[in-house]
Amino acid sequence: MTTTIARGTSDSPVRSLRGGRRPPRELLFRIALQASLGIAISFLAVLLGYVLWTGLPRLDADLLLNMPSTLRPETAGAQSAIMGTLWVITLTALITVPIGVMSAIYLEEYADPTRWWNKVLDINIQNLAAVPSIVYGILGLGVIARGLGLGLTVLSAAITLSLLVLPVVIIAGREAIRAVPNSIRFGSLALGATKWQTIWKQVLPAAVPGTATGSILALSRAIGEAAPLLLLGALAYISFNPDGVLSQFTVLPVQIYDFIKQSREDFVPLASAAICVLLVILLVMNSLAIYLRNKFQRRW
Amino acid sequence: MASTRTSAAATPAGRTLRKSRPRYGERLIEGTLFAAALVSIVTTIGIIVAVAVPTVEFFRQISLREFFTGTRWTPLFADPSYGVLPLVGATIVVTVIAMIFAIPLGVGAAIYLSEYAGDRTRRVLKPALEVLAGVPTVVYGFFALKGITPFLREIWPVGDGPAIFNALVAGFVMGIMIIPTVASLSEDAMSAVPRSLRDGAYALGSSKMLVATRVVVPAAISGIIAAIVLGVSRAIGETMIVTIAGGGQANLSWNPLEGMLTMTAFIAQAGSGDVPTGSIDYKTIFAVASLLFVMTFALNLFSIRLVRKYREVYE
Repeated sequence: MTTTIARGTSDSPVRSLRGGRRPPRELLFRIALQASLGIAISFLAVLLGYVLWTGLPRLDADLLLNMPSTLRPETAGAQSAIMGTLWVITLTALITVPIGVMSAIYLEEYADPTRWWNKVLDINIQNLAAVPSIVYGILGLGVIARGLGLGLTVLSAAITLSLLVLPVVIIAGREAIRAVPNSIRFGSLALGATKWQTIWKQVLPAAVPGTATGSILALSRAIGEAAPLLLLGALAYISFNPDGVLSQFTVLPVQIYDFIKQSREDFVPLASAAICVLLVILLVMNSLAIYLRNKFQRRW
Repeated sequence: MASTRTSAAATPAGRTLRKSRPRYGERLIEGTLFAAALVSIVTTIGIIVAVAVPTVEFFRQISLREFFTGTRWTPLFADPSYGVLPLVGATIVVTVIAMIFAIPLGVGAAIYLSEYAGDRTRRVLKPALEVLAGVPTVVYGFFALKGITPFLREIWPVGDGPAIFNALVAGFVMGIMIIPTVASLSEDAMSAVPRSLRDGAYALGSSKMLVATRVVVPAAISGIIAAIVLGVSRAIGETMIVTIAGGGQANLSWNPLEGMLTMTAFIAQAGSGDVPTGSIDYKTIFAVASLLFVMTFALNLFSIRLVRKYREVYE
């Protein structure tokens, strides 16, 4: 990529000729740049510290074992929300990953980029990736929950979130497929494989790590989403775990939002502790993504 | 499959270059893949239909004039009034505050990562910045409301200070959330500037800061603007931070220390109740959502076009 060439200017020959004398303006500019990164990263550190510190008193077994309750914040838990999140995200993965990968294959391997409909597909996906999540909530409310009559179920939530992260999965899949060098395709075709055999046996296996990493990152975005599910009418304080795709449910971000809405101060530790659980789930998924990328990534 | 190719090659020269027989299986697969790609088109159509139909019904009952020029927003009250300006005003206030923080910090971080940081520093700092983008927005809202606002109210030097729900803290936290969006797209644009431009400037005796500010930034400007526009679009569409920390009362005011209701916060607030389908309240949610969708859609398309432009120049 051009990036590696363009970078590395820090050891440009000019500095050695200067003999290390730098005017104060240069130094100030550099400090200002470092400060902008520093502010962003220290904000993150303070935020994590705050959540951990305030949540510490409630990071106990009750949090995982008890159901949410508005009455007793000191022993209330988030079990139904944790189970709800796992149900929704599993179903979302089952819906969005196959559709996303198939779209990516079509766009990279079959589509003729000069045709207008393929241009429309491309721009449409980029645009959908930037549509606010609450608008997907409107889609979920108007079309999926009420139009199709699925109501507030694990299934309608999973469909809504699948559509929300689909563009991200497609974009990641396309990048992974594009990174497979053409020599692999030509080699396969030259040996007599058909186009689909080439894709299925050569291109896709090589693109698995990139696709998997991108999909996991997309799903971790879905895990943190509260806004679209609020619109679907997601309830908090559900006292049972989901038992099927048509079951009622709540998820962690929605439950956290409801803990925050409570005016009593003793809900703050509970909200913080639930946030810690959410962040741990995200951390596990991100670590998995990084592990997959490092372990299976091939350099051509 | 391989054997059919071999036999095809054995036939007279005229046939070898032509397809020996149509492959229906392959066509079927291509069709299936195309159908999967169509899901995203169907999604867009679904969104447009979902917001447009109730919106049209809304404007049968409420005049366009009242909606776009009215200054009172009290749709859920006994004496309803449907002037959307307070919601748009609140969205603008919060977005401007967010961008006041996100633009300098995001572009600054991008210049540092692209022009100053060594390889090893970048490998540590970039993922850290990406973590900031991965934190769920409820968490930002919680931190704004329970962490920053009380602290700010305590140390506020003059006057009354910010209200418990206020636009300032919501906007600030949102600005921090948007830094990674602005930084990563801007850095892509700066990294795409060819090294020869930098070398030319160095050869003329420019300092490092001059190269960054007079050569790299102007050369990457369309990408940087695209990043900023995308950041604005995210700020307008961000929901949970303003719902939690921004306040729940429509308020046509430019004072960021007051609470105000943005378009997204109204949608979340009204939509999370059990609104009967087809009622005027239900249609109101969709009317505001249409406005939000049109605004972000226009910004996104503008941003995508700008990115294509700089890609054409340097890649």
